[in-house]
Amino acid sequence: MTLAVDLRIPRDAFQIVAAFEVPDQRVLALVGPNGAGKSSILSAVAGLVDATGAIVLGGTAVTEVPAERRGIGMLFQDFLLFPHLTVRDNVAFAARVRDGGWRAARETTEPWLARLDLVELAERHPNALSGGQAQRVALARALAAEPAALLLDEPMASLDVEIRDDVRADLARHLREFGGPSIVVTHDRDDAAALADEVLVLERGAVVQRGTLAALAAAPASPWVERFTR
Amino acid sequence: MPASAPRRARRSGPVVTVLGGVGLALLVLPLLGLILRAPWAELPTLVTSAPVVQALLLSLGTAALSTGACLVFGVPLAVLLSHSVHWHVVPRRLLRAAITIPLVLPPVVGGIALLLLLGRRGIVGQWLAEVGVTLPFTTGAVVIAQTFVAMPFLVFAVEGALRSADRRSESAAATLGATPGQTFRLVTLPLVAPGIAAGTVLCFTRALGEFGATITFAGSFPGVTRTLPIASYLAMNSDPDVAIALALVLLAVSAVVLLTLRDRWLPGVVR
Repeated sequence: MTLAVDLRIPRDAFQIVAAFEVPDQRVLALVGPNGAGKSSILSAVAGLVDATGAIVLGGTAVTEVPAERRGIGMLFQDFLLFPHLTVRDNVAFAARVRDGGWRAARETTEPWLARLDLVELAERHPNALSGGQAQRVALARALAAEPAALLLDEPMASLDVEIRDDVRADLARHLREFGGPSIVVTHDRDDAAALADEVLVLERGAVVQRGTLAALAAAPASPWVERFTR
Repeated sequence: MPASAPRRARRSGPVVTVLGGVGLALLVLPLLGLILRAPWAELPTLVTSAPVVQALLLSLGTAALSTGACLVFGVPLAVLLSHSVHWHVVPRRLLRAAITIPLVLPPVVGGIALLLLLGRRGIVGQWLAEVGVTLPFTTGAVVIAQTFVAMPFLVFAVEGALRSADRRSESAAATLGATPGQTFRLVTLPLVAPGIAAGTVLCFTRALGEFGATITFAGSFPGVTRTLPIASYLAMNSDPDVAIALALVLLAVSAVVLLTLRDRWLPGVVR
């Protein structure tokens, strides 16, 4: 299922204009300087902010579909786990709102808890988790909703430096297993290299360049791209 | 949290200590006096006497009903108030003022206003009288008076909680497939539960202590509108021992409500 995005989002200083496609099983890294509009694009694709243009998922326009029926999962920068629910219930949340009833929803969580190595942590509350654990819970919670596409907003930004390499490798593996199209917003070259197949550079709301990291490094389209790929 | 350099413990100056001490004495000594002067020997008989039990039950019942009414109408009003930040400035300020006024209004004034609205010749009351409904000087009037006085406490407590709850949690719920209604029930409401609990406690204790609006709008009929505070005030003239006993009961109920609800409900976010 291909995710095709063609968006215009008005901003104070400039308009964000972005058109790109992400096929199944591919991960696109959205990179660029702070304030370039990366997170706004993600929020618009998820349906959390208004935008004009078209968001097409597997041939179906979802531009007017509200976020809760769009089938697009999102991993937020600070994970936004529900603080009043246990790890298990965070992961069960999507099943709970889809089918009703916590008991049945909890039964669906086992494979996700196992897959993301959360079985031991299932009864904990989010404030008793480390950053890496919280990221896995957020990922399990998003994947358990069985989204058609996955968006990740700076998934590594709130993690300690010492654990980043391990967490990044894990995240890359889970993204490969996911199967649908993914977009990951990052400002880190290593994240883009490990997580994404291709990189799309956004500066002041405009697409500057798209390609593999190697292609970008070979012919950077702007000074920022040159510094990013170095 | 940034580590701060160790600081010397701040010592309060003599003026602050003395004035603060006087303030504390003003708060504590009257209650201490009440406890010291209580007729402890006769207390069991006094507290279980018919008028006291009658007033206690009436007070608990009406305060529970008015707290329920405050929750049913006050929580949505708090949601409205929290949404009003996006409104035009005039209606936004009017709404806030309308909720604040009963908070700062002397309760007697509230009672008179209720009488003018719902009294037999009141603006709405005359219509009610035509269909055979008389509110003033009934137990219903007690509940209305208490609700009028107590609701702002709940509204502001819940509004504060709504404002501090992370709105982005609602975005997260939406991306997981939750409708706005499910998001409110499963995410927003639990997150503001501590605020609702705190507001409920404030609301209940305020309703329990309500005097001015009640005696003006509902009067003082034993078993119908004579709540604990009114019974206690009236007994002061006839039988001070009964008045003290009633006051102690009121004090005890308030203390129990505050202590039990604080520990049970307020830690909404689990450690």
